[in-house]
Amino acid sequence: MMLEIKNLHASVEGTEILKGIDLKVNAGEVHAIMGPNGSGKSTLAHVLAGREEYKVTKGSVIYEGKDLLKMTPEDRAREGVFLAFQYPVEIPGVNSAYFLRTALNAVRQYNGLDDISAFEFLKLAREKMKLIDMDESFLKRSVNEGFSGGEKKRNEILQMAFLEPKLAILDETDSGLDIDALKIVAHGVNRLRNKNNAVIAVTHYQRLLNYIVPDYVHVLYKGRIVKSGGKELALELEEQGYDSIKNDVEKKS
Amino acid sequence: MSTEVDQLEQLANQEYKYGFVSDIAADSVPKGLNEDVIRLISQKKNEPEFLLEWRLKAYRHWLTMKEPNWANIKYPPIDYQNIVYYSAPKKKNGPNSLDEIDPAILEMYNKLGIPLEEQQVLAGVAVDAVLDSVSVATTFKEKLSELGIIFMSFSEAVQHHPDLVRKYLGSVVPSTDNFFAALNSAVFSDGSFAYIPKGVRCPMELSTYFRINAANTGQFERTLIIADEGSYVSYLEGCTAPMRDENQLHAAVVELIALDNAQIKYATVQNWYPGDKNGKGGIYNFVTKRGLCAGIDSKISWTQVETGSAITWKYPSCVLKGDNSVGEFHSVAMTNNHQQADTGTKMIHIGKNTKSTIISKGISAGVSQNSYRGQVKVLKNATNARNFSQCDSLLIGDKCGAHTFPYIEVKNSTGKVEHEATTSKIGDDQIFYCNQRGISTEDAVSMIVNGFCKEVLAELPMEFAVEAQKLLGVSLEGSVG
Repeated sequence: MMLEIKNLHASVEGTEILKGIDLKVNAGEVHAIMGPNGSGKSTLAHVLAGREEYKVTKGSVIYEGKDLLKMTPEDRAREGVFLAFQYPVEIPGVNSAYFLRTALNAVRQYNGLDDISAFEFLKLAREKMKLIDMDESFLKRSVNEGFSGGEKKRNEILQMAFLEPKLAILDETDSGLDIDALKIVAHGVNRLRNKNNAVIAVTHYQRLLNYIVPDYVHVLYKGRIVKSGGKELALELEEQGYDSIKNDVEKKS
Repeated sequence: MSTEVDQLEQLANQEYKYGFVSDIAADSVPKGLNEDVIRLISQKKNEPEFLLEWRLKAYRHWLTMKEPNWANIKYPPIDYQNIVYYSAPKKKNGPNSLDEIDPAILEMYNKLGIPLEEQQVLAGVAVDAVLDSVSVATTFKEKLSELGIIFMSFSEAVQHHPDLVRKYLGSVVPSTDNFFAALNSAVFSDGSFAYIPKGVRCPMELSTYFRINAANTGQFERTLIIADEGSYVSYLEGCTAPMRDENQLHAAVVELIALDNAQIKYATVQNWYPGDKNGKGGIYNFVTKRGLCAGIDSKISWTQVETGSAITWKYPSCVLKGDNSVGEFHSVAMTNNHQQADTGTKMIHIGKNTKSTIISKGISAGVSQNSYRGQVKVLKNATNARNFSQCDSLLIGDKCGAHTFPYIEVKNSTGKVEHEATTSKIGDDQIFYCNQRGISTEDAVSMIVNGFCKEVLAELPMEFAVEAQKLLGVSLEGSVG
């Protein structure tokens, strides 16, 4: 098993957001985490990536046999956990090529590999950029600075393509994308999928899942996974909205 | 407190890498300052009468002056009678090769990672190394002299080219200019001198490494560079200083003169000991640097990367006297812990169609205070003068300060002066973003800071740019909030 989350509780500024998450992810699988706004989807994504502001108060996360929660954010990344941010930050003055190369070399060094040469890097960059239909001029631009919403999301997937993570967590990667951009991004993600890696796609809407087809769909509500199923669950939610789920939960409690 | 802060605090605890004291026999005069001390300095240096008179005049004027207090810096009063004003490594005869140089000095350069042997070979850099107050090695001199270029220690220039020294010394920074310049004029011990003859393009970067070594010895360097008509020179100044408990005064003067169609590029990487993380020790760096674009179509550009010193008080300036002359100032000033910097430039437009550009990048971390102070002055006859100023501040953590004091004075209605300023902060979200891509916090901060300074670093010669980037990394012993 690649990832096993057990009874995970987490809070932000003293407010408990995750109230006992259980989730198992195997290599080769795509899991969609859906749910209404404020249900804790993004919190889950950030807790897995190690964002400091999100305090884990209970539970465990085992990733590739290791205690993920004990690792620093950079070591998680080097171990193959990748978060595609919902709101990628701008880093003025730092060009994308430099950023990508620094990140790639940090991961390579961690894994006992030599730094990539400038020549190899450029070759790799051309190959990866083709994957998501990006122009080479992009490498010279500062990281995310002045990028459109769509460009920022594509940049996230480009970084994913470079780092080739084992576990990719996509946080609302579809938000702010028009349909063409969505197709490009989804195509990129699908091309990167293989039997050794896994994807957790956090999304509010079903439409992403038309392109990145999940093996499992989980519905998160008030910090718990309240329903799990196959890809048809996403369609069901699309039709009925989250209300029926909310009602079910409220009835039980 | 986040892990980023923890990590940065660990970084902050790194000791100053270049902090050590070399054991070299020093030849010093007694502490304190009076006319006899000045006479003694002048005598030890075998100076001509005019220079002694010049020193004494400066000293007498200095006695009437008060230490300036307008800068945004705070420090305890300096006891000028508790300073040793002259110290020179002992030598029998001047060295002709590295073999004759005190091995302890060579060892010190090796510790600094600037072995002279390599410097000679590397990149065609001619090094006039200043250790304490007297030059101990001068290289590439022969090659330069074939072109008629004079590049030597100031003391040597006084002996061999007294007319040039007499003509230009104090012509840009008069001995009465300001408190620290007057002090320097009275007691300066040595420095560098360069003269580029008409029409000659200096084929290599001229470089000097400054270093403070003997305890309690104020450093009073004097640099004079003259670019004659149609000549070009690029000069590099870099320095590190050993660890010290007491504050050390450093009051240098640099004068640049560019005649018709001449160009001078002057770059500095300054890494004097900044004091420890509690603000103990460190260098007081009170420097007067000024360039005179004396001729038409002349150009002077200053580039500085300031990471060191407990206190920096420094305004490399350009006096644009020649018509169509150009002045540039590119600066990165980084302060951390308890460092204080009040630095900037003055651009004085006197000639017609004169142009100036100011790019200032201030980075503050820890509990440091970083001020940009700049003056743009367009005088009455400076028709069509142009200035563009850009002052950006980057804050690391929430206990530091960044301040901008632009002074603009335009007396000619055709003048055009633009000023832009920004302030930004390295955010947790930027650090986390980098972390999430496998980049350590240390590397992330360094990368963001270097990105912020890119425009200025691009102005440095290649070998200096690399050193400057490393320095910025080492100096980021701060905190992210």
